[in-house]
Amino acid sequence: MAHAHDAHAHHDDHHHGPDKGIMRWIKTTNHKDLGTLYLFFAFTMFFIGGLMSLVIRAELFHPGLQFVQPEFFNQMTTMHALVMIFGGVMPGFVGLANWMVPMMIGCSDLALPRVNNWGFWILPFAFAMLIGTLFMDGGAPAGGWTMYPPLVLQTGNAFPFLIFAVHLMGISSITGAINVVVTILNMRAPGMTLLKMPLFVWTWLITAYLLIAVMPVLAGAVTMLLTDKYFGTSFFTAAGGGDPVMFQHIFWFFGHPEVYIMILPAFGIVSTIIPTFARKSLFGYDSMVYASASIAFLSFIVWAHHMFTVGMPLAGELFFMFATMLIAVPTGVKVFNWVATMWKGSMTFETPMLFSIAFVFLFTIGGFSGLMLAMTPVDFQYHDTYFVVAHFHYVLVPGAVFSIIAAVYYWIPKWTGRMYNEFWGKVHFWLSAVFINLTFFPQHFAGLAGMQRRVPDYAVQFTDFNVISTIGAFGFFVAQFIFIFNMLSSCFGWFGRKQGLPDRVWEGAHGLEWTVASPAPYHTFEDPPQFSDSEGTAIHDEAVAKA
Amino acid sequence: MGSAAAQNSQRYFVPAPSVWPFTLTVGLVALVVGVAGYLENDHIGPVPIWAGAIISIYIIFRWFQGIARESEGGQYSAQVDRTYRWGMSWFIFSEVMFFAAFFGALFYARGLVMPWLSGEGTKVATHLTLWPGFEGTWPSNGPANVGGDFETVPAFDVPLLNTLILLTSGVTITMAHHALKEGKRGLCILWMWATVALGATFLYFQAEEYIHAYHELNLTLESGIYGSTFFMLTGFHGMHVTLGTLMLLVITLRLMAGHFKPDSHFGFEGVAWYWHFVDVVWIGLFIVVYWL
Amino acid sequence: MMSMKGWLTRLSTGVGLALTTIAAQAYTETSGGYNMPVGVTEVSREVHGLHMAVFWVCVVIGIIVFGLMTYSIIKHRRSNNPKPADFHESTTVEIIWTVIPFVVLISLAVPAAGTLIKMEDTRNADMSIKVTGYQWKWHYDYLGEDVGFFSTLAEDSNQARQLGSGVDVTQVPNYLVEVDNPLVIPVGKKVRFLVTSNDVIHAWWVPEFAVKKDAIPGYVNEIWTKVEQPGVYRGVCAELCGRDHGFMPIVVKAVPEAEFTAWLEAKKNGTEVAAAETVVTDAAVDAAPTEVAAPAEAAVEVAAAEAEAAPAEMSKDELVAKGEGVFKANCAACHQANGQGLPPSFPSLVGSAVVGGPAAAQIAQVLNGKNLMPPFKQLSDTDIAAVITYTRNSWGNDSGVVQPDAVAAAR
Ligand code: HEA
Ligand code: HEA
Ligand code: HEC
Ligand code: CUA
Ligand SMILES: [Cu+2]
Repeated sequence: MAHAHDAHAHHDDHHHGPDKGIMRWIKTTNHKDLGTLYLFFAFTMFFIGGLMSLVIRAELFHPGLQFVQPEFFNQMTTMHALVMIFGGVMPGFVGLANWMVPMMIGCSDLALPRVNNWGFWILPFAFAMLIGTLFMDGGAPAGGWTMYPPLVLQTGNAFPFLIFAVHLMGISSITGAINVVVTILNMRAPGMTLLKMPLFVWTWLITAYLLIAVMPVLAGAVTMLLTDKYFGTSFFTAAGGGDPVMFQHIFWFFGHPEVYIMILPAFGIVSTIIPTFARKSLFGYDSMVYASASIAFLSFIVWAHHMFTVGMPLAGELFFMFATMLIAVPTGVKVFNWVATMWKGSMTFETPMLFSIAFVFLFTIGGFSGLMLAMTPVDFQYHDTYFVVAHFHYVLVPGAVFSIIAAVYYWIPKWTGRMYNEFWGKVHFWLSAVFINLTFFPQHFAGLAGMQRRVPDYAVQFTDFNVISTIGAFGFFVAQFIFIFNMLSSCFGWFGRKQGLPDRVWEGAHGLEWTVASPAPYHTFEDPPQFSDSEGTAIHDEAVAKA
Repeated sequence: MGSAAAQNSQRYFVPAPSVWPFTLTVGLVALVVGVAGYLENDHIGPVPIWAGAIISIYIIFRWFQGIARESEGGQYSAQVDRTYRWGMSWFIFSEVMFFAAFFGALFYARGLVMPWLSGEGTKVATHLTLWPGFEGTWPSNGPANVGGDFETVPAFDVPLLNTLILLTSGVTITMAHHALKEGKRGLCILWMWATVALGATFLYFQAEEYIHAYHELNLTLESGIYGSTFFMLTGFHGMHVTLGTLMLLVITLRLMAGHFKPDSHFGFEGVAWYWHFVDVVWIGLFIVVYWL
Repeated sequence: MMSMKGWLTRLSTGVGLALTTIAAQAYTETSGGYNMPVGVTEVSREVHGLHMAVFWVCVVIGIIVFGLMTYSIIKHRRSNNPKPADFHESTTVEIIWTVIPFVVLISLAVPAAGTLIKMEDTRNADMSIKVTGYQWKWHYDYLGEDVGFFSTLAEDSNQARQLGSGVDVTQVPNYLVEVDNPLVIPVGKKVRFLVTSNDVIHAWWVPEFAVKKDAIPGYVNEIWTKVEQPGVYRGVCAELCGRDHGFMPIVVKAVPEAEFTAWLEAKKNGTEVAAAETVVTDAAVDAAPTEVAAPAEAAVEVAAAEAEAAPAEMSKDELVAKGEGVFKANCAACHQANGQGLPPSFPSLVGSAVVGGPAAAQIAQVLNGKNLMPPFKQLSDTDIAAVITYTRNSWGNDSGVVQPDAVAAAR
């Protein structure tokens, strides 16, 4: 196959080195450059969103208002969530997909490199717009990230900026997702059938599908908000024959798949890292794929579990309860598979592995509380309390965020050619793991005892929980600086870090990305590689054997 | 398949760095910031709107021109062709989901809100306490008669005509496609012009219908939930028809400039798919918005 | 194999013991502790039971999964097990760990469905109360009894909660969970609540009843409760509703029926019986049936808008004097007592273009609200006229008088 390129009319684009300076980043169509941009962007947003969460936690340290007005507090809650979800976790995963998907399936770049550039560059602008609303008349949006009308319609000048920022993020996500789907479906190296793809690629394929399906729905929902406010439509007012709850249905039709968008790539990462450090192939590759697909399917029919208290008809409440509880089954399959993969392995505990193991523990705890929330009559008690806040931070922070951190530790030697510092990696891990539990575990109790969410102040019996939680939050935030320095040192060779790692940085690692040099050259796989059986076997024995 | 070069190449096609996407972003952002400012007290002024729109349109034009050049220059392999096919399909899927949100709103309003506000099912108290006497029959502008009494556009009138027009245009574009595949370029161009004309006619009738609705039927965007769903659905559809017609026009001009080959013309096909999508959405609209 | 078992048992016992202790403790605590309160209704007890059931299921699964993992982490580390095994793909195993959770889930879902059906059955209620959410207070209407009143955050809490109030909130009794006029209901009766809202979505929640329902503008949701023990039960608004979402508590006083009837009669006649004065206890269970004391100072405030007919002309001084009170009660939260507001969120009314401009615009804004500012339709014409006149003649503003009939005309 490789002989063919002689016949090919060369155009120098292929060996075009990057531009210099800022124009390199503005003009780049290179998946590695864009991956790097995405990751740095996500990093910045995590930092900003983290600062906002510290404002929240500082105010909640003690009962009574100490630092901010309630209005500003609500702005912080709303912006914290939007920034973390749309600015942190999602771009973080897209950055990883940019870097790794082409290298894992053996192609030169994403299918639509210019669109890829577009999708990235929308984000800084969209977030500048969104965060800029903090300085507008009436302040930033303060109606919660869920943007329920009629409350959100009370937003001041920020309102249209919020809506258009969401539209822009939608464009970014959809273009990014189309790119990933097309790349995976169309650009795999010869020999790599669907069931030989690494799991990270699989989970991203499904995630991208979810994105394409639901981001437009969100766009539709916020468009209706816009016309309700400025053009006199009545989608969400009863007087005109609409219903405020209709927004919630449309929003959560997006919103629930969205939460799986934030966890499926994490599943993929963990399914990649655990076999590497257990030195044993994944227990059930096929069932992992089917479980991911089932989760994606179910995610479309459970949305109303966020709205059990709005007064749905009984039949609806029952249906959504049953459907939601079902999700525990495929998710359980995943958890059991990870455990079975570790079982009788030969494990070492480098930092990526530590974060992955913590992921399995702590995500499962978050999943358990999710299951509790799924039981409608009991959710009447949990809903809109800190129990919910505890639930989703368990799945999002030690879930999604830990997986991103694990992935960065795991692949940064491949990206930069320099190993991170293992000692500081472990310190970072232990501090993170301890503080994150300190932050969010007490919130379960606060919620059960009756503390509602989205409040700047609370009755005095909740003080102890909040004190612990705030201490944890500050500790966690500070611990991340270790991570930042550790990673930047690998990027820029600080502290005399030298390049010169083997291609296969981790002895137990498998997959095409480990067959190229470290650091990976600017262009990899300009000619499709032969997907060797040994790489394939390590990822999925049976499929290769059968093929 | 493809030209000799494209066929033989197993190399991946990798475009050079480009400023188009970034510039497009700048244009788009200027546009939305301008519009947002306009909506809130007009404190930014019209310059960003116009500047943004012009930049965006210019870049979109340049970008597609670039793609056309690359394609005509034989740089695209069969794989790139498949990429565009997949890309276009998924893009259309995302558009379908966008419309789904509005169709969903329509079904919800008709199927659930109307009975609830009229006291059926689980919401008896709503009716008794808040909206006594309201009987929600579709079309409705809600218990408060928002926007005042209105009439609806009868389905078997201009809308039916428009349905026929769009369906015909679906046929003409298929004829054009066949002609292209058989290498009858002249005929193809003729069918394409017919399609463009049908698209434009559709838009003309729709504009007429809107004017009629606003002036004679008192049916406006503000006519409660009926007006909201009616105008948002048909309006977004109309925007898509406009876009589709423009794309058809571009393709026709490209055909006249000698672009596309009988066996390789994804630009043409992509637009045809889009046109069929617009067509199908319209049939949905005709049935659930106008007719039922 | 032996040692593996030994490890396993030891580990799982360890983890199990730790979790059990926590859980057992959680179980015995009630409200104010760290578990969901058992509550004082049949439904709330069932809900609590379900909560504990699903909790224990999670604990058991957690012990198994985490136990195995921990065991594996310890035993199957490379220094201990240098050669990894090579097994994978077992359909049998996959089926087992699909089916077992499924069965567990069914066994949880069935009783949950039963309780849910019971909770949704609002038929055959003994009495009905309409609950309306306002930004940021509750209005209660005893249907068919011509009794209705607002219930707002107690004044001492309200002062203490201001930014920089300097008050030590731990010294404020029932900080943030006390109101001026609590809702009073009889014990042993099925009380139905019709929950709705005047502006944005709120949610009416009393944990001890296991009742939480959203208050949705334009719609009415129905819930019910049947309280078994007299006492004072506290709740909060549980749906983000803007600035003061955290400051619209709910206090329900459940009293024996006779006492309730007496209270209702008194309320109708405009006198107040002490039943309405909340007993300052936190725990619901031990609250003794209340003794009847002297009438409270303040007469009941029946929703002003309903009661009052707009009087013709009032003097500027009258209006300003009345307006000051209305302003402190309704507007100062945002625009501050000195009218300076909290820019940029809440504009200053001092020298404001709207206050200085045509009266009609200001009336419209106060009646209908704008953006973050809620509508104040619920105030009477006189109150609105008064408060507008007050803003127009205070802090150096001087832009004339607005009479109640102008407000009436603008409605
Ligand atoms: C990454 C994000 C993520 C993930 C993965 C999940 C996973 C789940 N979530 Fe969560 N959820 C959120 C993010 C997420 N959630 C967010 C952000 C909100 C709040 C939004 C807002 O209001 O702002 C929310 C809110 C939320 C609610 C609404 C609560 C309320 O507002 O009242 C509910 C209710 O059903 C729920 C349920 C679930 C369930 C059942 C799962 C399941 O997928 C979990 C399944 C996993 C397990 C169960 C553990 C592993 C399984 C086993 C070990 C097998 C055996 C187990 C059993 C048989 C028990 N979630
Ligand atoms: C992904 C989403 C995400 C993340 C990461 C977080 C992180 C945190 N959250 Fe957030 N939170 C939400 C999503 C998230 N949250 C949502 C959806 C809500 C609901 C909002 C609403 O009610 O509308 C919410 C609400 C919320 C509340 C409730 C507010 C209220 O109800 O009023 C609180 C209170 O304690 C809180 C605290 C925190 C804290 C202390 C963290 C800390 O963990 C923050 C510290 C984190 C960091 C410092 C980032 C670390 C990451 C890295 C270092 C990764 C590096 C990245 C790369 C290499 C690319 N959050
Ligand atoms: C929830 C907080 C809140 C309360 C309570 C409130 N307002 Fe406002 N008010 C606002 C906000 C926010 C604005 C700015 C609205 C905008 O233009 O977006 C405003 C604007 C105004 C303005 C116009 C000022 C200007 O220059 O634009 C007037 C007059 C006013 N309020 C009067 C009142 C009166 C009288 C009351 C009490 C009856 C009141 N407000 C209660 C929040 C509040
Ligand atoms: Cu009312 Cu929150
Ligand atoms: Cu969900």
